[in-house]
Amino acid sequence: MRVQSTPRALLSSVAVAAVGALALAGCSTGPETPQYSGTLTVWVDADRAAVLEDVAAQFQEERGVEVTLVQKDFGDIRDDFTTQVPTGEGPDIIVGAHDWLGKLVQNGVVAPLELGDKASEFQQVAINAMSYEGQNYGLPYSVENIALLRNTDLAPTAPTTFDELIAMGQASVDAGDSEYPFLVGLDPNAADPYHLYPLQASFGATVFEITPDGTYDPTKLALGVAGGEAFAQKLAEWGAMGVLNTNISGDIAKEEFNAGKSPFYLTGPWNVPAAAEAGINYSIDAIPSAGGETATPFVGVQGFYISSKSENALAANEFLVNYVGTEAVQTALYEVGGRAPALISAFEAAQGDADVAAFGAVGANGVPMPNVPAMDSVWADWGATEVAIINGQGDPVELWQAMVASIQSKIEG
Amino acid sequence: MTTSTPGTTPPLAPRPAATAKPRGVHHPGTPSVRSMLIKISLLAIVDSLAVFALFTLLLKESWVVFGIALAVTLAINYIYLKPGLLPAKYLAPGIFFLAIFQIFVVVYSGYIAFTNYGDGHNGSKEDAIESIIANARTRVPDSPTYRLTVLEQFGTFSFLVTTPEGEVFVGGEDRPLDEAPSARLDSTGKAIELDGYTTLDFGSLIQNQSVIADLSVPLTDDPNDGALRTPDGSSAYLYTSALEYDAEADAIVDTATGERFLDRGDGAFANEAGRELSPGWKIDVGFDNFARAFTEESIRGPLLGVIAWTFAFALLSVGMTFALGLFLAIVFNEARMRGRKFYRIVLILPYAFPSFLSGLVWLGLLNQDFGFVNQVVFGGAAIPWLTDPWLAKASVLIVNLWLGFPYMFLICTGALQSIPDELTEAARVDGARPWAIFRLIKFPLLLVSVAPLLISSFAFNFNNFNVIYMLTGGGPRNVSAGVDAGATDLLITLVYKVAFGSGTGRDYGLASAFAILIFIIVAVVSIIGFRRTRALEDLN
Repeated sequence: MRVQSTPRALLSSVAVAAVGALALAGCSTGPETPQYSGTLTVWVDADRAAVLEDVAAQFQEERGVEVTLVQKDFGDIRDDFTTQVPTGEGPDIIVGAHDWLGKLVQNGVVAPLELGDKASEFQQVAINAMSYEGQNYGLPYSVENIALLRNTDLAPTAPTTFDELIAMGQASVDAGDSEYPFLVGLDPNAADPYHLYPLQASFGATVFEITPDGTYDPTKLALGVAGGEAFAQKLAEWGAMGVLNTNISGDIAKEEFNAGKSPFYLTGPWNVPAAAEAGINYSIDAIPSAGGETATPFVGVQGFYISSKSENALAANEFLVNYVGTEAVQTALYEVGGRAPALISAFEAAQGDADVAAFGAVGANGVPMPNVPAMDSVWADWGATEVAIINGQGDPVELWQAMVASIQSKIEG
Repeated sequence: MTTSTPGTTPPLAPRPAATAKPRGVHHPGTPSVRSMLIKISLLAIVDSLAVFALFTLLLKESWVVFGIALAVTLAINYIYLKPGLLPAKYLAPGIFFLAIFQIFVVVYSGYIAFTNYGDGHNGSKEDAIESIIANARTRVPDSPTYRLTVLEQFGTFSFLVTTPEGEVFVGGEDRPLDEAPSARLDSTGKAIELDGYTTLDFGSLIQNQSVIADLSVPLTDDPNDGALRTPDGSSAYLYTSALEYDAEADAIVDTATGERFLDRGDGAFANEAGRELSPGWKIDVGFDNFARAFTEESIRGPLLGVIAWTFAFALLSVGMTFALGLFLAIVFNEARMRGRKFYRIVLILPYAFPSFLSGLVWLGLLNQDFGFVNQVVFGGAAIPWLTDPWLAKASVLIVNLWLGFPYMFLICTGALQSIPDELTEAARVDGARPWAIFRLIKFPLLLVSVAPLLISSFAFNFNNFNVIYMLTGGGPRNVSAGVDAGATDLLITLVYKVAFGSGTGRDYGLASAFAILIFIIVAVVSIIGFRRTRALEDLN
């Protein structure tokens, strides 16, 4: 019996010691300590993490607040953030794309960000993209858009209209120089409304009406205008001609262009390094208009958001606006990711790179991809309808109008 | 050189045996010192973790979880410190992890089915109110940037602001700005100190940031003029709020129009016309989600077709993979076959690939214009494998056959090898032909051991998300019919679309309700299947 009571006494004394130690530890981080003990948690993807390490160290040194960078898969950040913020366990800051914003606001997980006078130092399109219902929510760091990649060996001059592009491409095919008049990566089941959007926009059909301040009015669907129907008819025509082929996926399009099998390729900066590596002599041109108006691509913006439940609001704001929003950091982010900086001074400094300058010029008239929560349903109907039209599965105008009706009903939900 | 007598434990390790003896023989229930120490240190680790968790929970005031954690910790200590209770000592860890990883998850998703949890209803009502108010707070257009110094006096904070014109004001929560001409300025003309107040440096600012970030200093006595707030502690901006929360009436009020948004029990503030403010919050909705599963047009329309196809897909997948797997198992079970091991390894390969990877590979192979199948096998024909509704159905079945037969091959090989050769021999002696031996002897014996696996395979294929999602994404869709479901959509991919993808937003509540419905279907089919299997066993 004595043997038995000893461990028990031992255990209870251990427990008492443990509790005491914890209590002491609690005291030592009490309010008297001059140094702020909290940390700023930032969720970043791998590429961004490397750049932010330096600025995080600088922030800690100058401001005394530790910044913890948590590396996450970019695709997981939005959902994990949305589910974790309400529990109070989420990070203070995340990196994200601007088209997440509507969903983040709808779920109440993102806090407004006051850029103050700094707002004018960013490209207007980036600020517009980071705004939702008149409120700014994020610090942008990059803008990117698609443009026309031209194989200068196969097409020495840039086409001015899309019809001219088709004629030039067809001539190249007829001459036996290339296999495809034009390439764009599509999906057999979902086409790619994002890549086809500039052509649609040249008919004057945006997704939602654009208000005078450059943002979308998500209640007013603009797909159904006459220009949209004209675009639908053209889609059917291009599909029948073989200019558009839904069986040419993004990978196939990239491969075929890099093999020198097409003079034209509608794509973004992310596919340019591979083309250069493949030895293609290329030029980055404006997207030729198909419907008469300027063929403006969607602009995608990436940036940083602050959690609505962050207990480090001031520190997070300071870190983003005065540390990440500086030319040095924006340039470093550009150099790692290859995406053009959102800060005007950094963007101008990056103009030395001809590719960045060329894509920037094309994106200058671009509108941000809509960031309203209803976009998920828009993309699905939009893409499936484009597939049907391109493959001639029905009357293009009827299909287009059916799509508009379907999207309208979902938005009104 | 002592040799142990047969039947006794060889004294290979005399010392542990010697110390172990008293425990088992002389003093039952009195453990050795060493095992006691191990036990105590393990318990100490568990307890220290538990104490840490309890402290965290205590600080967060989550009482329910705190109570559960406390009870579990006490129970663990009781079980392992009290002599005896041997079954509990063995079972406790298993039960603990079962509760965490199985029971909790199942109960929680069951609970979610009765809430409106999803996009727009993501958190608590308090969070929603906070977000609505914060999002409606906008900076007054063209208002200046005030340079700010935060002051402290008797534990309350004040704003010392300098306007662009160089005027200096001081104010605090509910204390409108007042001129402070006596403030000391720095070289840039920014006011930095005021008598009677302590100026906060950045460190103290950060320490009190949650309070300072919430500080709202009225510009004048008239609240409509707006209030100063600071996002960073060094500058202040003038904000007006388009919406305000009336705590007494539990309503959000539009400050411009006076319109009131009330909590109408739908987990959101809504006005008379039914327009809801975003975000809303999570509430319990009872059986609404189950009702929606059967009444909502976007789901009900395609539901019957999708259920029929799901059953067809699951049954055909099981049937085809079993037939092929069994055939190959019989062929490769033939002792006269050379190189059996090599063939068997090759046949297992599809099973070794992750199914979503195989899905992507097959997606490329079946491409209408560029895929290997059309280009090489069919000599350049343009067969729309994945874009024609019926061919797409056939394609997913074929790919699933390719993915699934190795499993069936494996279990059939195992089952065949466990059937005693004597039975076959006896039948042969009795003059039975090979087909009769197979049909009347081997196959029924095989089914006894394989049938439960066929049922589980059915349940697996019923929810075979990977193959469908990677190969066709549920498509092709008939857009002119106005139906969201595609030709190859299974129940599970349709649910995924409705709940996570192309619908109007993520709806975890509806998804959980569907998960429960799917579980019921699969459970019913499985129960019937297992009943039949038991009958099969009785036969033998």
